[in-house]
Amino acid sequence: MMKLLDPTSERQPARRETLPRPKSLADKRVALLDISKPRGDIFLSRVEQHLRSLGIDTQRYQKPTFARVAPVDLKHQIVSECDLVIEALAD
Amino acid sequence: MIPNNFTGFIAVVKRDCATCRLIESALADMGGALDLLVYSQDDPHFPAGVAELEDDGELEFSYRHEIEIVPTLLRMDAGQEMQRLVGWQREDWRRLTAMPALGADLPVFSPGCGSKSADPGMPERLAYKFGDSPLSARRIEVATQQDEYELAFERGWSDGLPVAPPTEARVLRMLAGTTRSPSDLVGIIPPDNAPCTVEKVAINAVMAGCKPEYLPVVLAAVEAACRDEFCMHGVLATTYFAAPILIVNGPIRERIGMNASHNVLGQGNRANSTIGRALQLVIRNVGGGRPGGVDRATLGQPGKIGFSFAEREHDSYWESLAVERGFAPEESTVTLFAGGGVHPIGDQVSREPESLTRSLALSLRTVHHAKDYGGADALLIISPEHMRVFRQAGWSKARFRRELERQTTVEGRAVMRGADDVAVGMPERLAHKRLRKFRPGGLLIVHAGGGAGMWSAVITGWAANGPRGSIPVTVAIQS
Repeated sequence: MMKLLDPTSERQPARRETLPRPKSLADKRVALLDISKPRGDIFLSRVEQHLRSLGIDTQRYQKPTFARVAPVDLKHQIVSECDLVIEALAD
Repeated sequence: MIPNNFTGFIAVVKRDCATCRLIESALADMGGALDLLVYSQDDPHFPAGVAELEDDGELEFSYRHEIEIVPTLLRMDAGQEMQRLVGWQREDWRRLTAMPALGADLPVFSPGCGSKSADPGMPERLAYKFGDSPLSARRIEVATQQDEYELAFERGWSDGLPVAPPTEARVLRMLAGTTRSPSDLVGIIPPDNAPCTVEKVAINAVMAGCKPEYLPVVLAAVEAACRDEFCMHGVLATTYFAAPILIVNGPIRERIGMNASHNVLGQGNRANSTIGRALQLVIRNVGGGRPGGVDRATLGQPGKIGFSFAEREHDSYWESLAVERGFAPEESTVTLFAGGGVHPIGDQVSREPESLTRSLALSLRTVHHAKDYGGADALLIISPEHMRVFRQAGWSKARFRRELERQTTVEGRAVMRGADDVAVGMPERLAHKRLRKFRPGGLLIVHAGGGAGMWSAVITGWAANGPRGSIPVTVAIQS
């Protein structure tokens, strides 16, 4: 029987389940993450305006560059300060 | 197998060898006078007249004792090899056996033949068969009714073209192209951040269609792609056209037969076509980077199958890309550039360097967008006929660069947002500044192509260039 050598990393990337959607945003703090793509800030400002009009607390964050994954410190900061994240992905 | 602590003589032969047939009677004589074991590779009844005849049709004895030539005669003492003769040299055989009349009717010398255990591809097959494989990758069984090419597609190992099935024998042959151990770590491959060994690179190089002598180039390319400044994760994940483009410099180009001449960016040369593909397969299979997954390219480009070529150095008037980047001409290197597709620049008229530089600049000013002056990266490929214009005028590469920079610097107001009734452009605050098209160090220039044709080409770098994205990386190629 022919045998081939596995060209892959031989592991599925650890599958991380997303948390369940919150039933309500009451008493939640929402992180608004700007990844530094053009006009992401404009989109997030509109989202922020809506959320605040509903009485929901928000906090703004920004990645240094969209081209790289978020720095570990930034991720920790968001996790420690907020309950969920809305991210503006594309321009 | 030979008895433990065997003392005496062992001969290894095959019927297919004329010298082995020639000495058949001498072996029979030795068998009558000495403790002689004969291992026969292709006929268990050959040679006639020998009592202690062992069938080595499986070649295990020949493999384990590294027999390269038949006949081989070994003198053994308590299981240890003390002396070895290859081929028939009558005086040597007489001396070793202490039989002064051995082979009296035979010629004094007859060279042997290749051992079956040394047939092409056989050492790798025997290493696999007898369990000495240094390979640790998981084995995937191909069912009897299954087609191994289809299996590779079904498992998602392919970039859309057939891949060579990575059997153990092929991977072992591939590994002969490097002195590095199969278990050596080459890098951490994005996007899954999976550790990648020399063995995994070799498996993917087999699949890409590489020859073993290409493997050092592929290893260097993988290393370069893993450097933080190259930002392979971003190059993969971007919606832009970017792919790692490999430019090979130095003596290895000719040693492995890379093309730097006609159709240099096209098809038809095995090294050019497979080295870049091997890197992309490593990213796909080891790193888990696949289109529609982390690869989010909007359009992509054909070079994402694999894009590698060599600089035409032998008749270049200018220093090579690698020399410009601090390497010696005798060093072999690979440079990775995160680039899009090939954009032709035709100028069949300019015969003066000033005109040709201005002409090239007109096209270079349009990379990304004619109104983008954020400091782009690009790879400019100058053809031999365009190079001739600079050579005849005595223009150095540095002079060309200086003049080109001048020609690709514009007044901000010409390219600001809204200018020419086009919304895109540079911010108004830069309207009164002079803006350079290219990031300092971001314009790579190489000489390549066939001897006829006044065509050059530009490849646009990834929109996220420099420290905020990808910086070109050059790595020395090790053996």
